[in-house]
Amino acid sequence: MSTTAITPAAIPAAQTPRVGRAGFAIGLTIVGIVVAAALFGNALVPADPFVQDLGNRLKPPFWMDGAQAAHPLGTDQLGRDYLARLVYGARISLLIGIMTVITSGAIGITLGVVGGFFGGRVDDVVLFAITTRLSIPVVLVALAVVGLLGSGLILVVATLGLLLWDRFAVVARATTMQVRTLDYVNAAWCAGASTSHILMREILPNIASHLAVVATLEMALAILLEAALSFLGLGVPPPLPSWGLMIAEGKDYMFFSPWVIMIPGVALFVLVLGINLVGDGLRNLLGTERLR
Amino acid sequence: MSALLDVQDLSVTFGRTAAVRGASFRLEKGETHCLVGESGCGKSVTALAIMGLLARGGERRARRMVFAGTDLLSLSDRAMARLRGNRISMIFQEPMTSLNPAFTVGSQMAEVLTRHKRASRAAALERAVELMGRVGITAPQMRLGQFPHQLSGGLRQRVMIAMALMCDPELLVADEPTTALDVTVQAQILRLLARLKREFGLSILLITHDLGIVARVADRVSVMYAGEVVESAPTNGLFRAPQHPYTRGLLSCVPVPGKVQRDKPLGSIPGVVPTIAPGFSGCAFRSRCAYADATCERDIPRKAAGNTHDYLCRLVPRELAEPQPA
Amino acid sequence: MTAIEVKSLRREFAARSGLFGPQKRVVAVDDVSLSVPAGSVLGIVGESGCGKSTLARLILGLLAPTSGEALVDGQRLADIDRKARARLIQPVFQDPFASLNPRRRVSDIVALPLAAQGTFSRAEIERRVAAILERVGLSAEMGKRMPAQLSGGQRQRAAIARALVLEPRIVICDEPTSALDVSVQAQILNLLADLRRDLKLTYLFISHNLAVVEHVASEVAVMYLGRIVERNETEALFRAPRHPYTQALLASVLTPEPGRGVPDVGLGDTLPDPANIPPGCRFHPRCRIAVERCRVEPPQPMARGGAAMVECHLA
Repeated sequence: MSTTAITPAAIPAAQTPRVGRAGFAIGLTIVGIVVAAALFGNALVPADPFVQDLGNRLKPPFWMDGAQAAHPLGTDQLGRDYLARLVYGARISLLIGIMTVITSGAIGITLGVVGGFFGGRVDDVVLFAITTRLSIPVVLVALAVVGLLGSGLILVVATLGLLLWDRFAVVARATTMQVRTLDYVNAAWCAGASTSHILMREILPNIASHLAVVATLEMALAILLEAALSFLGLGVPPPLPSWGLMIAEGKDYMFFSPWVIMIPGVALFVLVLGINLVGDGLRNLLGTERLR
Repeated sequence: MSALLDVQDLSVTFGRTAAVRGASFRLEKGETHCLVGESGCGKSVTALAIMGLLARGGERRARRMVFAGTDLLSLSDRAMARLRGNRISMIFQEPMTSLNPAFTVGSQMAEVLTRHKRASRAAALERAVELMGRVGITAPQMRLGQFPHQLSGGLRQRVMIAMALMCDPELLVADEPTTALDVTVQAQILRLLARLKREFGLSILLITHDLGIVARVADRVSVMYAGEVVESAPTNGLFRAPQHPYTRGLLSCVPVPGKVQRDKPLGSIPGVVPTIAPGFSGCAFRSRCAYADATCERDIPRKAAGNTHDYLCRLVPRELAEPQPA
Repeated sequence: MTAIEVKSLRREFAARSGLFGPQKRVVAVDDVSLSVPAGSVLGIVGESGCGKSTLARLILGLLAPTSGEALVDGQRLADIDRKARARLIQPVFQDPFASLNPRRRVSDIVALPLAAQGTFSRAEIERRVAAILERVGLSAEMGKRMPAQLSGGQRQRAAIARALVLEPRIVICDEPTSALDVSVQAQILNLLADLRRDLKLTYLFISHNLAVVEHVASEVAVMYLGRIVERNETEALFRAPRHPYTQALLASVLTPEPGRGVPDVGLGDTLPDPANIPPGCRFHPRCRIAVERCRVEPPQPMARGGAAMVECHLA
């Protein structure tokens, strides 16, 4: 029996160290820049990412000799402006990240909440589904699906969305099981609230913060996976400038024109780092708040 | 006569919040001293400040904080760690979270001795068995290999007490040690503490919100409110002639079985504990006090009501306990 | 008129010891029968593992009984739907931090029982919520706040407001003041007493704090390991407890009277374990006066005049 007359406020929770807070700020800044680039970039950058200029191939970026003012980040092997392609690629990465997370989140959260709330047989089914999904090698299946059905933006999103829901489901299920025993859920039940009300208005808002953290991490993963698929030629089809595709196309020129492969590589790294920092920061922010 | 623990003017702040604002008390050797108060009064934080266990962001300041001649304020972290578990032990409210669930009871208890006294593991385990027997744990040899979750709340608390005694400390700091236990188990644990106090020559700093425990167990009481010690007295004196309006209010709130009057409402203290902003002056209780007036917004004197009884209020001392006006 | 009637209520839980261990059945509530007259307060006392919280949940309909039935206001719980049940019986829980949804405003929380009925207009809901908030001593401004911005006592008042907004007949109070400071506890108990008088409510008041129960209840039932071992009018029970467990419970209460030391309650070292209920009288391993018969034969409930009932061979 634990009956206490002591509120936890007597000792404030440990505060996030300054380094952690800086990380969160940096992450937000990075993600903010990428989002801005995705939304407005191509309006600001004059060049067109698809126009080829075979006479102007493999021009170096501005920090090297031979750079051209019209192409600050140089050009690729088909003479397309690299900055424009990079900016457009940001849009693709973010789009894929967000749409995948929405899809996988919808599937995973629904399964997790339903399993965690109802328990019993329903939970057994959900657990079985999760276990099955966990035993599937994601990358191989994604490759197989895309290899069979052809590549394309929607297909990549659908495949990844249908494969990456497991962490959502696990976290949703665990947090739902914790929240379900709390007295405000019991009180809502006794008040006559319908099951859908309890799930949507009592449980979901209280686990949302934990799911947000999962969402950021899954988004980073989705972006990386898409890049990997595109690198293997089975993701977004050319000429769309997915960063993964840009890396793939650049690997032939790795030694003589290293920027072709470096620039999208660094961009990918920075974006994923930023998203992970945001996720970490969110978790620190919310980690001191217990599930009550 | 120098006290075992002498704390003068302790302040603990977390950022802008002052959890403790100038608490002072003395604990004599062989005494059970109770820090009593409700939630948010700062009693737990006081204990943690003495032990050097404040959470990150907590700053402590005191005019004086001396344990058996050693100045605790000037000790390095390492020196303080040598004291903890060795000469000053602490037990906490929730036995489940104070015992590491991943290690056996035996290894946790033995670790205390091997670290502080450099004893061999065998000797440490032997002492663990001996102590478990003395705190009333049955089949101690078997318990060595058990994990905390296999024991009930009362047993875990006994293990914690035994662990606290491994190095034969001089002072035991107990933070709400029985709050999470059933009332019958609570009586057993308190009797155990009294017996151990006699056998080991312990002094105990007991933190609680339960006035019943205070009355039955304490030699001396310090009542805390909003981060200050508002009254300090020997137990008999406090219950017979409480001086501070908060103490009197608190005593009138506690229903006593056998003396309960069902048709009359229980005494209560109206209002809630105020949040103390920086720059606060005067009495923290004035918003809830029936006797408050304008002078209570200025500095409050510490008055004496007898040799060893003092309180923080402008009112004059009263002889007998009168009922607090509703 | 009987507000609550419980007949041979029994609730078991399946528990597995270890990963491959045998399945054990834990009987949390074992053949409990009681009746609570309308307008009265029945106090239920007992320590951890006695089943009082499980009993509360059974009566509220949060758990289904393994066998037996509960009747509320003369109707079988199993027969009435949740919305009808909500109009009859409501809970006030122990932990004011956990009983209010931290993501909703207090006024929305209090309005939930009305909204869930589906038959009230928004204006009517607002009116009723405002009225009940005032009645429990919360200002309209506090209704606009989130639970984290209220103190423990204020949150408990909000929980009481939620329980009463549908004007139920019965309120199940499960340790409503155990998590509150002593000074606030008294405020809440006084409030509960006023409300009961004014709204003609029936309370089932569960607590481990005997002094509080003595103040609040007209009758008291003592539970141990799933059974009611003694029941009597409050004053009689506290004056002359018959069951050895009741006597031990009363003896272990520490009154704020200095100089009397801590009593030796004489219960021995074994602790009650609902998964391992002793044969015969379930209290016998801890009983100071147990005899051979107690180890073998479970005692039957015996009336002892008036409202008194005790389950002991030697009482």
